[in-house]
Amino acid sequence: MSDDTPLWQRMATAGAMMIQGTPQARALGMRVVSITEARAVVEVDWREDLVGDPETGVIASGVVTTLLDNTCGVAAFAALSEPMSTATLDLRIDYMRPAKKGATIRAEAHCYRMTKTVAFVRAFAFDGADETDPVAAAQAAFMMGTSARMGQNRRPPK
Amino acid sequence: MSDAPASPTRVNLSELSAMFQAVPYAKFLGVQLELKGDELTAILPFKDDLIGNPMLPALHGGVVGALMELTAVAQIFLAQGGKKIPKVIDISIDYLRSGRPVDTYARAHVTKLGRRIANVRVEAWQFDRADPIAALHGHFLLKSDEGESETKA
Repeated sequence: MSDDTPLWQRMATAGAMMIQGTPQARALGMRVVSITEARAVVEVDWREDLVGDPETGVIASGVVTTLLDNTCGVAAFAALSEPMSTATLDLRIDYMRPAKKGATIRAEAHCYRMTKTVAFVRAFAFDGADETDPVAAAQAAFMMGTSARMGQNRRPPK
Repeated sequence: MSDAPASPTRVNLSELSAMFQAVPYAKFLGVQLELKGDELTAILPFKDDLIGNPMLPALHGGVVGALMELTAVAQIFLAQGGKKIPKVIDISIDYLRSGRPVDTYARAHVTKLGRRIANVRVEAWQFDRADPIAALHGHFLLKSDEGESETKA
């Protein structure tokens, strides 16, 4: 692929690597379904060890939180022309209803506005094909082009 | 069954831990609870698969969010004197610093414990409690022991 290939296309090609490179995403068994310009779809399967309410067997809301955060981040990245370091500023999640026991959760995120410094992203999580009946909704903002350096977190803050 | 007589709280650590141990996801993350008097601290010991950004490296933002959410749930459980696990309605998380690859702590404050809703604020920190890495505020739906049907939509 040539150098002027849009970043999102390179990401889409990398697909599985987006998850393989993120230990927590791998631990949850996340899968990239698709990456298109400023958009990402990622899913996670129901698993016994991810249950949040042992009485109902419903997947933990924390798993949905992590899936939505991760998918929003990928969508923000897919809106860039060149990779840069990003940091989550905030994340707001509404949990509309519990996910069905045993259902795969699919998160769909769209970076609907990218400024020089901030990416604004919205996402929904579904446990079925019905797009009118989401499990959760998310709104996130990411700081773009932070001064993060590789390995900087290996030392405590000053 | 009678608890330790002079306990300042209505729930003791073993009850709280039993509630937590029954949640598979809390075990998946490795969250532990510590209770001194009525002050509850949740501890997330570091392990490699909590990482979200391997370059820095930094904890996954979702993991920090989930830790704070679980802390809120445990604090409500404590404030209610031990009932059923409350359900999250909404959360809003501010990320203040990237989480370093070390143990993380969280404490929650129940701003209001209503009849059906609890408002909770949580902070997570690592090295210095006065320098939190993230803050959460959220609303939780309380499930009373009686009103079973209420929460089943």
